Amino acid sequence: MKELIVEADRMNLPEVQTFIDEQLEEAGCPMLTQTTIDIAVEELFVNIASYAYGDGNGKAVVQVTVFEEPLSVEITFIDNGVQYDPLAKADPDTTLSAKERKKGGLGIFMVKNTMDNVSYEYKDGKNILTIKKNLN
Amino acid sequence: MGLFGKKEKNAASNMSSKSNLDIEVKKDGAEYTFLLNGRLDTITSPNLDAKINEATPDAEKLIFDLTNLDYISSAGLRVLLGATQAMEDKGEMVVCNLTEPVKEVFELTGFNRLFTIE
Repeated sequence: MKELIVEADRMNLPEVQTFIDEQLEEAGCPMLTQTTIDIAVEELFVNIASYAYGDGNGKAVVQVTVFEEPLSVEITFIDNGVQYDPLAKADPDTTLSAKERKKGGLGIFMVKNTMDNVSYEYKDGKNILTIKKNLN
Repeated sequence: MGLFGKKEKNAASNMSSKSNLDIEVKKDGAEYTFLLNGRLDTITSPNLDAKINEATPDAEKLIFDLTNLDYISSAGLRVLLGATQAMEDKGEMVVCNLTEPVKEVFELTGFNRLFTIE
């Protein structure tokens, strides 16, 4: 398992994605899958940066583990901010017209629908969100 | 400045390519074409939003050429949704030349039905 700890600030997004991509490239992850994972990483990290600590500062922990059989990756995001389960949010209605569409909820919707597994728990004062994705 | 060592500077410049978007705007009367090159993400999308807002008061047609856009997150989708909503009663919006990763995002989120795709 590899771990990165950064200030939960959206300007640290490139650092987080670079860290994830290094592990994915080493594992031989296909480019399109890497982009899909990058998007999920952005949505989850930016969520923490935007909401976990209100106007204050705090850390985000990102852990990556690559498994061989089958080739897959597990990425966990941990913060000490306010308790919040992003998975509980209702999905946006993707059949609405442009006029009726709302701007919220698209990010988590994409995470839920592109990853093979997404789970959330609140434990010891920490939000722990884990995504899993097969790389083949 | 002088606060950052050489090593940190290099690391920062490597990562800046990670979140980069070049925007070229072409104006032909009331028709605006936005050529996007790079990644439309949380960090880069406010820049596109600002350029669209400059154009929309007198625009009758917005064209987004995504030939060289290889990444879009929900932040980018929100900017495109805002643009099509701004054009709702006064013109049209066309999105063309979608790359594979962008096409996948559009299909998943239903954005392929929100504007004309060419």
